[in-house]
Amino acid sequence: MNTAAKNIFEMKVKSSTENLGAIREFVEEKALHSGIDKDVIDKIVLAVDEACTNIIKHAYNYDASTEFVIRVLISKKEFKVLLIDHGKSFDPNQIADPDMPTYLKQRRVGGLGLHLMRHLMDKVEYNILEGNGNQLILTKKIA
Amino acid sequence: MAEFSTKHREYGEVNIIELNGYLDAHTAQHLEHAISDLITKNKFKVVVNFEKLKYISSAGLGVFMAFIETMRTNSGDIKLAAMQPSVYNIFDLLGFPLLYEIFPTETEAVNKFNQ
Repeated sequence: MNTAAKNIFEMKVKSSTENLGAIREFVEEKALHSGIDKDVIDKIVLAVDEACTNIIKHAYNYDASTEFVIRVLISKKEFKVLLIDHGKSFDPNQIADPDMPTYLKQRRVGGLGLHLMRHLMDKVEYNILEGNGNQLILTKKIA
Repeated sequence: MAEFSTKHREYGEVNIIELNGYLDAHTAQHLEHAISDLITKNKFKVVVNFEKLKYISSAGLGVFMAFIETMRTNSGDIKLAAMQPSVYNIFDLLGFPLLYEIFPTETEAVNKFNQ
């Protein structure tokens, strides 16, 4: 049995970009209560925003009648955010990071969310859940 | 809830757009409209003042990517100014200073147009 002290918090939101602000506030508040440095909190919050934007846009195609879950797990060593949706599957392992000089030269728009998540967090994992759910796990070491 | 607003000012030929609040996938459209509006009026010299912008995600960065070419092919530009360090860090992380001129103050950005 895992004896590490762990706090779990959960939020369920409608799949709409208008909820991004509330999602950021939720994650920021939990991180603040954990005593994490402000610059690390900023990174976690942006990574979660990017992940949720991808769910709203790609998994659910802006269908605001759908919902997804944001679950925060805090242990002494890690701040983890699990994002669970039942939309279109998306495996980040199949997506390579863009070459930024080429990206900028070609004036491309979009497709930077996952790239940012990988830079801002220590680990980005993806699982397909039973019942066709998608689970993205963003992990930041805090000790 | 996250708030975002823009203000437009003119300084000679240069158009200043002031950003205020949180620029994300929800509010990016607001900024798109503000910049499209300038293009409709054949105004291509733009300075974006970031002083009051607290937050930006990649959706916000995408707005600048979408319009930079239009401005430059019409003898204009989008110059960026007065970013808070937390906002600048995101631009820097993605290598955006390679493509955009970023100035510590609005005045320096405006003066660059007038050189």
